[in-house]
Amino acid sequence: MENQSVSTDEIVREENLVYKKTSLMTSKALSYCPGCGHGVVHRIIAEVIDEMGIQADTIGVAPVGCSVLAYEFLDIDMQQAAHGRAPAVATGIKRCWPDKFVFTYQGDGDLAAIGTAETIHACNRGENITIIFINNGIYGMTGGQMAPTTLPGMRSSTTPYGRDIALMGNPLKITEVVATLPGTYFVARHSVHTPLNARKTKKAMRMAFENQKLKKGLSFIEIVSNCNSGWKMTPTQANKWMEDNMFPYYPMGDIKVNGEMVKKKEEPKA
Amino acid sequence: MAKIKGAIVIDREHCKGCELCVTACPTDVIRMEKTVNGKGYHFAYMENPDACTGCANCAVVCPDGVITVYRKKIEEL
Repeated sequence: MENQSVSTDEIVREENLVYKKTSLMTSKALSYCPGCGHGVVHRIIAEVIDEMGIQADTIGVAPVGCSVLAYEFLDIDMQQAAHGRAPAVATGIKRCWPDKFVFTYQGDGDLAAIGTAETIHACNRGENITIIFINNGIYGMTGGQMAPTTLPGMRSSTTPYGRDIALMGNPLKITEVVATLPGTYFVARHSVHTPLNARKTKKAMRMAFENQKLKKGLSFIEIVSNCNSGWKMTPTQANKWMEDNMFPYYPMGDIKVNGEMVKKKEEPKA
Repeated sequence: MAKIKGAIVIDREHCKGCELCVTACPTDVIRMEKTVNGKGYHFAYMENPDACTGCANCAVVCPDGVITVYRKKIEEL
């Protein structure tokens, strides 16, 4: 067993490389808090664009929110949109250049609150764009205020005693809403907090970009993410809290594939 | 029997010390350093390098993409 003691230096060589940050991510340090899901989603987008070889043909639309500086970190052409208007801007870009790959990157306050009209109508028209929706249940950038997606009883800076359904209404499942519209072709919900989920997200992201080539309609991917600063938790606690509280309300998986709703398996009654 | 051995290289200055890689590692290789980097974060390091299999789970969940993974097949005699 003399080969047991292979030193790290012998393994760390170019020919043994398995995984490296893609060159489509710039070398700038991400402006996000430690443990934020944005970084993983940025990298997944960059990897998919890299693997498809469409760096020169991709145009992203950055939102308003924590990811407002997304164009600093992704080495592709990007456009900044007014708050919530990313699907409208993406529609314009796609109609000018129908052969380019256009995606929007939006948070829940951006997409589900101020930009609901733009989102719903872009989905209903079936524009050939990809919408990437990061749902963390609050307005992260502005200090953790209540968003439409905040869970019942969830504390935020504007609901310090928890969200009261009678006063503030129910959390909005915008992904299920857009799945019912005829314009959407692929709708899915994923997360990036574990290696398995991150790999599933990448697969879905690849599908969403491939659909643009087929010109079938809009692809919509929701990513349930954490906001450990806004939730006042450590990153590990936030991921645990997300699994326990967010996932029952926002279940993972495909909602609409190839323009057909995915039938839910009925749970056996005990 | 061939054995797979892995190693990770961490970009210390870009690590933000979120500890997500520590929980993602199936073989319990990664720990956080007691010292801090230029930004004041405790950065990750390989505590137990012999156990690393190069599965890249840590690199996949790292929000800042600071982990580079290497893997080598070692033929045992």
